[in-house]
Amino acid sequence: MFSGFMVNAWIVASLVAVIAGLVGFFTVLRGSAFAAHAVPNGSFAGAAGAVLIGANTLLGLGVFSLLSVLGIGWLGRRGRHDVVTALMLVLMLALGSLFLSLSSQYAPAVYSLLFGEVLGISSNELAPTIALAIACAVILAVIYRPLMLSSVLAEVAEARGISASAMELGFLALLALATTMTVPVVGTLLIFSLMIGAPAAARSFTDRPGRALLLSVAIALLTVWAAIAASYSTDYPVGFFVGSISAASYLLGRAWGAFSQRSRSTPDSSAREYAATAA
Amino acid sequence: MSEPGAPSSPRHEEVLSLDGVGVRFGARQVLDDVSFRLAAGELTGLIGSNGAGKTTLLRVILGLQRPSAGRVLVDGRPLARRERRIGYVPQKFLLDPDVPMRARDLVALGLDAQRFGVSRPSKTKRELVQRMLEATGASGFADSRVGRLSGGEQQRVLIAHALISRPRLLLLDEPLANLDLRSAQETVGLLARIVREQQVAVLISAHEMNPLLPVMDRIVYLAAGRAASGRAEEVVSSEVLSRLYGQHVDVLNVHGRVLVVAGAGEEADHVSANGVHPPVEIVS
Amino acid sequence: MSALLASVSDQGFLSSSPIRTALAIGAAVAIVSGALGVFTVIRGQSFAGEALGDIGTTGGSAAYLLGVGPLWGFVAVSMLAAAAMELLGVQRARGRDLATGIVLGGGLGLAALFLYLDSTYHNAAGASVTILFGAIFSISSSTVPVVVALGLAVLAILVTIHRPLLLSSVAPEIASARGIPIRAVGAAYLLALALSVSLCAITIGAILSTALLIGPAAAALRLTTRPLRAIACAAGLGIAAVWGGVWLAYESYYWPPDQQGWPVSFFVVVLVFVIYLASGLPRIWSARAERRAARSVALSGGEA
Repeated sequence: MFSGFMVNAWIVASLVAVIAGLVGFFTVLRGSAFAAHAVPNGSFAGAAGAVLIGANTLLGLGVFSLLSVLGIGWLGRRGRHDVVTALMLVLMLALGSLFLSLSSQYAPAVYSLLFGEVLGISSNELAPTIALAIACAVILAVIYRPLMLSSVLAEVAEARGISASAMELGFLALLALATTMTVPVVGTLLIFSLMIGAPAAARSFTDRPGRALLLSVAIALLTVWAAIAASYSTDYPVGFFVGSISAASYLLGRAWGAFSQRSRSTPDSSAREYAATAA
Repeated sequence: MSEPGAPSSPRHEEVLSLDGVGVRFGARQVLDDVSFRLAAGELTGLIGSNGAGKTTLLRVILGLQRPSAGRVLVDGRPLARRERRIGYVPQKFLLDPDVPMRARDLVALGLDAQRFGVSRPSKTKRELVQRMLEATGASGFADSRVGRLSGGEQQRVLIAHALISRPRLLLLDEPLANLDLRSAQETVGLLARIVREQQVAVLISAHEMNPLLPVMDRIVYLAAGRAASGRAEEVVSSEVLSRLYGQHVDVLNVHGRVLVVAGAGEEADHVSANGVHPPVEIVS
Repeated sequence: MSALLASVSDQGFLSSSPIRTALAIGAAVAIVSGALGVFTVIRGQSFAGEALGDIGTTGGSAAYLLGVGPLWGFVAVSMLAAAAMELLGVQRARGRDLATGIVLGGGLGLAALFLYLDSTYHNAAGASVTILFGAIFSISSSTVPVVVALGLAVLAILVTIHRPLLLSSVAPEIASARGIPIRAVGAAYLLALALSVSLCAITIGAILSTALLIGPAAAALRLTTRPLRAIACAAGLGIAAVWGGVWLAYESYYWPPDQQGWPVSFFVVVLVFVIYLASGLPRIWSARAERRAARSVALSGGEA
């Protein structure tokens, strides 16, 4: 399982899991589930276009992810529930299906772009994936603190001189980078599971932001590793395991959260306030 | 229309000064020739009904709104873009109950959120956070998730978050608006204590001045974009407010609570739109 | 225009059996989804329709394993999902909230597995494309009566509940005050939605089905506010999109790059998009006409 071409697969998948866990944490924090759905749709069309013209898939993914985040940034919060936006997302999928139908690889390419294909990562895609991961990590490290405050309390952050629109732009850039490197491994339909499932599960297990971030990464890594191992032994697709394990860990987290809230003997808020002032 | 009053005590240094500040949106003059001073260690109430221009004035002070006229000085210097001398607690904020952030973590963010990079945890920082939580009465729920706290508790956390970076001025936008009577009284008491202990200038905006009367050192009374400022006894009087509103209003003192009442006549409607009570009929 | 008529009356187009089947099914589905789509847009439940379409992927891909047609897979799984949504109160979610998205992800992972098994063990290598993007020309003509029957079922449900459904969508408090069983009506609606989404799925594919459900209906509602007129309008626009798509796909057999034809579902989605954009024009034109009229009144009046 660890020889030859599989080494590449492990390395790439681990990088993908780390970045998905990091960027996914902020996606969940900012409530940007829409973006996590919209950007992969756009990137699908780009990847399909790349397949058609014989270009590097990562290039197609990158260009169209960038265009998608720019579109989202320009739309702002208003456009998210618009019919035009919904139709545009479907149009991206249809466009991708057109490109792939005109290429010679219709069915297999459809499958691998939508559901992922970790075992097919070639060695000349290792270097660009590492570059994308490093870029992502550097940007995130730089804007970590202001992004954290702006994501939770945008108005208060603004009063401190942290521009909410600059942070949104930075976050969207991270999302574009993360989508570009994650789609080849888990596919556009399952990227939501990995990017959202891990942080959503992590927040059920800890109250602290730093720990929740690390836990997101850990859960994402475990998910991807288990998925690859299982896929290697059963020959079943990686996407199946990613989807199921993500859903399972999320539900586990919710169950744990509900259980620990009920069993913890926390006095209710008004009793706490009374105790605080009486002191 | 303004009465820039001298600071109530010479030893209190001036933290904020507004001179002739005006804000115009198209044809609408939202703020007109507003001038006043705020001093350290003083609690000032910014009183005005909804629509009087309170929020706009706060945004001007925070540097989020450029005035069309006049100037704002903090500590004698103009506002900087990344203004750290002013702390801010907004009126409305939504905290998701599932957000993995404790009250303690949010207050810690107040130390250095505006700096790039990742913060290094240190004992000093931890102690600073703990002291600030105790000073605002938030230590009892410091380790709960911020999104799960009550409105009043969240407000204390936000006050601690704002204060921990040692601002010269603390702005609170309608902090009493959504609180029940008991919580409002506690908040007022807490803010008065903070003003004394931390020697900050505190500006609280409110549309109802009575809860603040016991602790207010000064008042800035806003009506239809114009302001009168000074000590409460001086400003909240029939003559001053009549001049401010541009027609006759009466100020009634009923058992220590103040009521501003419009005169009778067609003007009454216009004035009551500015948060003044319509003419009262006394029935026995 | 004459070229259009020429190619339609061309012996090849209408005499081809798959084309006739496609036109028949397309019309039936467009009528049904136009009607249901209008209610969906009014109720603001487009997200529920999208979710049911996505989960239909799992059903359709499982169908191949069981040796039944994908339509039954779509219908079975989407109806189960609709029941689950009703029980969990999920349909009231306004958007892609976390829980639904992650659970859907689990379903899509399952679909990945089924499609893999389809191509490996059941020799259905094109299953992915058929399920996800539709293959309307491959539908056998024996499916037409099934589609019509399901369509009539949806219409029957709508005819029965359309008044309480409208009232409870627009003014729920009034509806419940009048004794309308809102939950039962909502559940019946979800059932109809599941069937309708399944029909759209065999036409243009499970993950594109929302376009046919929402697009014509939203366009119709921009042109008229009366529900019955909107339904008729949506059905008409839907038929235009589907028939237009079928015709364009037929024509595209002569287009580059290698004369294999472009996918029908692509054309249908593009046409729906264009139709929706075009439905905004009348409002722009009338606004412009109003401004012109107001200016001329002002000019003539100002000379007094």
